[in-house]
Amino acid sequence: MSHPTSLTFLAHHEFRLAWRDWWSMLTAGKPHRARVVAGAMLAFTLFMHLVAFSIVAKFAAIEPDADRGTLVIITGCALLAWSLMMSQAMESVTRAFYARSDLDLILSSPVASRRVFAVRIATMATSTVLMAVLLAAPFINILIWRGGARWLSAYGVVVAVGALAAGLSVALTVALFRTIGPKRTRLAAQIVAAIVGATFVIGLQVAAILSYGTLSYFTFLKSDLLVSFVPAVESVVWWPARAMLGDLTALAAVLSAGILLLGLAIATFSARFGDHAVAAAGVSDSGVMQRRWQSGFRRASPRSAMRRKEWTLLRRDPWLASQTLMQLLYLLPPALMLWRAFGGHNDDMVLLVPVLVMAAGQLAGGLAWLAISGEDAPDLVATAPVPAHWIVRAKMEAVTGSVALVFAPFVVAMAWASPRDALMAAAGIGISATSATLVQLWFRTQARRKHFRRRQTSSRVATFAEAFSSIAWAATAGLAAAGRWQAAITAAIALGILLGARAMSPKKA
Amino acid sequence: MNQHSPLAALEIRALTKRFDRPAVDGLDLTVRSGEFYCLLGPNGAGKTTTLRMVAGLLLPDAGSIAVFGIDALTDAVEAKRIMAWVSDEPMIYDKLTPFEYLEFVAGLWGIEPSLAESRANDLIGWLGLSPHAHERCEGFSKGMRQKVALAGALVHDPRLIILDEPLTGLDAGSARQVKNVLRERVAAGGTVIMTTHILEVAERMADRIGVIAGGRLIAQGTLDELRMKAGKGHSSLEDTFLTLVAEQAQAA
Repeated sequence: MSHPTSLTFLAHHEFRLAWRDWWSMLTAGKPHRARVVAGAMLAFTLFMHLVAFSIVAKFAAIEPDADRGTLVIITGCALLAWSLMMSQAMESVTRAFYARSDLDLILSSPVASRRVFAVRIATMATSTVLMAVLLAAPFINILIWRGGARWLSAYGVVVAVGALAAGLSVALTVALFRTIGPKRTRLAAQIVAAIVGATFVIGLQVAAILSYGTLSYFTFLKSDLLVSFVPAVESVVWWPARAMLGDLTALAAVLSAGILLLGLAIATFSARFGDHAVAAAGVSDSGVMQRRWQSGFRRASPRSAMRRKEWTLLRRDPWLASQTLMQLLYLLPPALMLWRAFGGHNDDMVLLVPVLVMAAGQLAGGLAWLAISGEDAPDLVATAPVPAHWIVRAKMEAVTGSVALVFAPFVVAMAWASPRDALMAAAGIGISATSATLVQLWFRTQARRKHFRRRQTSSRVATFAEAFSSIAWAATAGLAAAGRWQAAITAAIALGILLGARAMSPKKA
Repeated sequence: MNQHSPLAALEIRALTKRFDRPAVDGLDLTVRSGEFYCLLGPNGAGKTTTLRMVAGLLLPDAGSIAVFGIDALTDAVEAKRIMAWVSDEPMIYDKLTPFEYLEFVAGLWGIEPSLAESRANDLIGWLGLSPHAHERCEGFSKGMRQKVALAGALVHDPRLIILDEPLTGLDAGSARQVKNVLRERVAAGGTVIMTTHILEVAERMADRIGVIAGGRLIAQGTLDELRMKAGKGHSSLEDTFLTLVAEQAQAA
């Protein structure tokens, strides 16, 4: 056994916690599911390799001396991955500041907090990198199989990009802490993480819409316009792309830069990390005075009281704000496209229908979990003198009302340009939101609202049913808007998913 | 056939609930209207399970429950209308203020807004919550949260209040405020049923005490009646309680 205060001892402790956390997330806290999880992971890995084969196999022959157009696309993909890793790392750093689970023990122990937090930052970086490696592995493996061992260097680039993201996220979070203080950083960091994760892809989509009137950012990445603006092929800007293609010099440089930056972040910030964690622990939630528009109690039936309570809580939930911000950010490009198409018929309008339907399903799923499972006073609600189904109905109304409020402006604007597409979008949004809400109702658990981030761990079936039914309804609405008969097939798939989820649910509402 | 007495605030007959073992085992219990009744028992005796079934939070396997003559199992909504439940872990909404919380509870119970507001203001004052009435509950201490939960239980003026360990974790000042409010409720004709591990509270506040062990009521009565039953005329409630529980354990 290593010395209790050594870095290896602390690293072992951190990695054990991280592994158990991850395993518990995979098995939804039920260790006897290990075989099922292993089987599901194997099947998922095979499936992902098939998907990767269909997407990247044809690119395996690309050589390191590729042209600018190819380098732009590879760099764009790397930047996209980096922004997502950065977002995930920022969330991890924020959690490390504010989750008090073992900070009291660590900070009151005689171990130098610098060591502990150095290991903790390294663990966060490793988790970020591992997650990225796992997601990228099927694609890289296919490239190695079809294009040769030189593609192994892509793994090195993923590690470098992950290290860079982790280092920058630590620096950014600490900078937020120092500028706006611990109280505001909690929410601000969540919002920044969401924005960072979405900005790059949204930026590309906006550029694609403005240049070519399409939502496809690949169209923009492949455009002559962009290629004419980017630096020459010899530029250092393309080193990550070259490293991915097997240029070992570029790989060494990129990998060194990533690891060096992470090391620098650890060395610079680990000493103050403890101070920031102490400051975060001292943040009190009290003192938020609530001004009211009117002074007295308002008349309300039990159902309207319940709806009003849900809406108030949703409005005041900072974690929800950050979690749903990303979903709403992804609606910006469709909004821009609507604005451009406003007043005249546009065939591309049909592309917006699945985007809106998918986003509505995702948003409704999150809101429904908060309203139905994340009830902080279950005893109060259960002892109220109203039938249980009233309560459920009021909560569902609160969720669908919120979704309607978000998406109504889009549908109205769409109706101006294309009433038929708007009708399809409205129907799709309604059906997708209701489906996601029903899934949450069938798989409802008793949880605290603050556990929202980990809601997926309570039921894998619910998570997949919610996601796949949203996708299937989005496809249905899109195909129906395009006047394609295949909409009937995707609708049948969506219904099948819902029926399957209901059959597997513990509570059949 | 319903054989419950309309005069009893709570009448439980042959109540049974099993989890992996019997938690409540054919329990019979009657609480009179207008009394302060304390339910005592060792950990795992079945106190909380019993009260959660009365409040409609758990369904019994067998038996009957009547609240002021209303069958709480077949007419749960009507029974809930006249009762309130306060658990040991105050469950309130962090993002609502005490005032908003009480408005929500009043809405659930369908109370006239002007009446509910007047009661809410009184309760907030009695419980010393006035300076925080429009502050979100998220930073409140356990004691303050428990007081908000208690105000929520009282704002609809229930005839029967059921409290499960309401004084756990409260400081002396908060505990006294809660006890005063409960005493006033009983003085005004309300009925209070409370579980507690603080025997001194039961000794001082309860009109009658019930002792539950192994899911059954093993003794019930005033403090003097319990002392007599325990055979130790001058002992404290603590001695009496421990004697009764030990006798039950030996008999089992």
